Amino acid sequence: MGNFGLLMEGFQVAITPMHIGIMVVGVMLGLIVGVLPGLGAPNGVSLLIPLTFTMDPVSAIILLASMYWGALFGGSTTSILFNIPGEPSSVATTFDGYPMAQKGQTTRALTLAFMSAGIGALVGVVVITLLSTWAAEFALRFGAPEYFSVYFLAFCAFIGMGSSAPLKTIISLLVGLALSTVGMDTITGTLRLTFGVNELMGGVSFLVVVIGLFGIGELLMTVQDGLRFRGVTSRIDLRDVFRTIAELPRYWATLLRSSAIGTWMGITPGGPTAASFMSYGVARQWSRPGEPFGKGRPEGIVAPETADHSAGTCAMLPMLALGVPSSATAAVMMGGLMIWGLTPGPMLFATKPDFVWGLIASMYISNIVAVVLVMATVPMFAALLRIPFAIIGPVIVAICFVGAYTVSSATFDLWLVLLFGVIGYLFSKLNYPLAPLVLAMVLGHKAENAFHQSMILSDGSLGVFWSNPLVGSIMTLALILVLVPQLSRLVSKFRSRGTLRSAQ
Amino acid sequence: MKKTSIVLALAATLLLSAGAFAQWAPERPVEFIVASGAGGGTDNFARTIQSIIAQHDLMDQSVVVLNKGAGSGAEAFVYAKGNAGDPHKLIFGTNNVYLLPHVAKMAYTSEDLVPVAALALDEFLIWVKADAPYADAAAFIEAAKASPGSIPFGGSQSKDTDETLVALVEQKTGAEFKYVPFNGGGEVGVQLAGGHIAANVNNPNENLGQWQAGAIKPLCVFSDERMAESEPIHGDMGWHDIPTCAESGIDISAYQMPRTVWLPAGVSDEQLAFYVDVMEKVSQTPEWQEYVANTSQTGRFLAGDDLASFIDNSETSTVEVFKAEGWTAQ
Repeated sequence: MGNFGLLMEGFQVAITPMHIGIMVVGVMLGLIVGVLPGLGAPNGVSLLIPLTFTMDPVSAIILLASMYWGALFGGSTTSILFNIPGEPSSVATTFDGYPMAQKGQTTRALTLAFMSAGIGALVGVVVITLLSTWAAEFALRFGAPEYFSVYFLAFCAFIGMGSSAPLKTIISLLVGLALSTVGMDTITGTLRLTFGVNELMGGVSFLVVVIGLFGIGELLMTVQDGLRFRGVTSRIDLRDVFRTIAELPRYWATLLRSSAIGTWMGITPGGPTAASFMSYGVARQWSRPGEPFGKGRPEGIVAPETADHSAGTCAMLPMLALGVPSSATAAVMMGGLMIWGLTPGPMLFATKPDFVWGLIASMYISNIVAVVLVMATVPMFAALLRIPFAIIGPVIVAICFVGAYTVSSATFDLWLVLLFGVIGYLFSKLNYPLAPLVLAMVLGHKAENAFHQSMILSDGSLGVFWSNPLVGSIMTLALILVLVPQLSRLVSKFRSRGTLRSAQ
Repeated sequence: MKKTSIVLALAATLLLSAGAFAQWAPERPVEFIVASGAGGGTDNFARTIQSIIAQHDLMDQSVVVLNKGAGSGAEAFVYAKGNAGDPHKLIFGTNNVYLLPHVAKMAYTSEDLVPVAALALDEFLIWVKADAPYADAAAFIEAAKASPGSIPFGGSQSKDTDETLVALVEQKTGAEFKYVPFNGGGEVGVQLAGGHIAANVNNPNENLGQWQAGAIKPLCVFSDERMAESEPIHGDMGWHDIPTCAESGIDISAYQMPRTVWLPAGVSDEQLAFYVDVMEKVSQTPEWQEYVANTSQTGRFLAGDDLASFIDNSETSTVEVFKAEGWTAQ
């Protein structure tokens, strides 16, 4: 029996009134958790785990997975409305989502984000359905050098075509890398850059930094730009929702490309956050000329959202088939699997087909449930922006601090939010890009570990990164992505100088 | 005279009943502080106990689980130090509680916590790829001796239980490996299945899935006796069929990781006794037996003097390895 037959049996497991009910509840809870910054999907799922002890494993995993999908959708909402990413993976959505909402097109921005997220998720599930066996074997080929090459590719894809001054990009990147080294180092087992401060032992939390940089930093900017006590005057019209949906086919190339990047990053396992950054970078590089990115360009919302969700769904595959979680949420769910008495690994597909395929089938349904539910909230969320700043401003401050506190219940993190709020403000004032800093914080430590492991394995030879076709081609592709734009910039500079001279 | 005796008798009954009621019980919700991130082995340990306590109503107060896994778990132990004398905080860890301060300069010492109980011992095995040319552990050691420092041996974290065990094997046999640290046991298991490393010393649970699939095979277990009987896992081999490492000529009688529960220092004896009692009841439930069997650990309840001497032995022998490797923090 092929995968298709198994999937049909999975649908029989998933489509029962109780399971549909569980999906609705899970998605709703996830939406709430996702909308609140800091209280992300991993926290939400671990809070729910005790409830699942008495449940049947299939129902339990459907509940947890539905919550995850809900949280992924919810995370984009605050990115677009307030420039505060609800989830790490929705940071890239702020780059164009927030400017678009500021222009009064809130409904359009939210609809674009949710619809492309739904499409991304469905592509992810289809890939899982068709390629489950193959993908699991493929992921096994990833050792330390291969991991490093994937992270390197994400860096290069994002930075290659940076619109800011190269020097400022590099400084921002280095600050991010330095921050990512704080805390316990896995490879050497020593504490670094903690200066004897106990609170720094766990490192600087990425979410706390992001809440400070984007949330508080943006507020400070707004305050300085002259306190506009009016909300954004946005027209809320249901027809806007349908008009935006009709607009989607125009971005077919971005959708396809971003889904491919997302599934690739989900399976390899680079994770949804890396996927969304990489997809945004590639979209910026390859999209047809038009209005600039970072000012509310539709592709800038479609690309990260599609990749985020296809990676999020595909990340379930390495978890089930190999026991490697490629996101924090997947790690928590894996803990759940073990408590329910299931062993993630290659044999799970053979020994518990009803569980695995029940879950996969539920992913189709619950993502559709999520899109329907989340679209229904669009007018409500869009209306939020019409509230005057005098009311919404303090609310955002409160949300930022509550969110930062929930990350690890540490008061120290509140000071960090303030500090990074100021840093975010200074960065924007001085035209330093924030994205490289954020990217370096997400991937810096992982890339460093993978590099260090590769060096141990190869006794210090860089040749290990070209030691087989897989790692070699990823590394070469990464170098091309970073070098070609620079070369073409040089060439065009040279040419323009040439034309100037001939004109003289 | 009569009056005084009545008073005395009254006082005695009062004292007696006071003695009976002196059994302390939590007055507020109890925090379970887990010295690992969500989803890890220690996290599952704590959450399983949480669910058993709830199902069997072993405590009147509710339980809140908090993960404080930063710095290899040190975050949880520093938190215990900061909450000295608070009987509403239980800390869940392994042997990291008393071993961490030896290898890195930490803001706590093992004196800052009181051991409550150990509920299970997690076993360590040498695993290699299924198609590796080593028939048994002895052959594997010989191969390592033949090409010193070139066989990559993966493990979870650095200067932690895995690297300590590999160092111990090196010291006892004279073989030399290339130790590569990864983030966690699951990752090390997949790296072995993919052939990126030659061996690992994972706990049974971390490699079970890959063994079932026939991607890897166990060579020996670091225990003084073979593991419990089980259903065959792969082919006709089950946990009990794995030889001990001592049988295979590696002179290490036992190396096991205890799953431990602690309280902050400064709590009273009654408070300690309450939790010892709860943990003992947990260890007798069928759900606990099921968890131990599912995760292929060895269930063993230790408290009081037994626990103290277990910790003492384990700490002394491990610190010897640290000293020989030059890892001890100044």
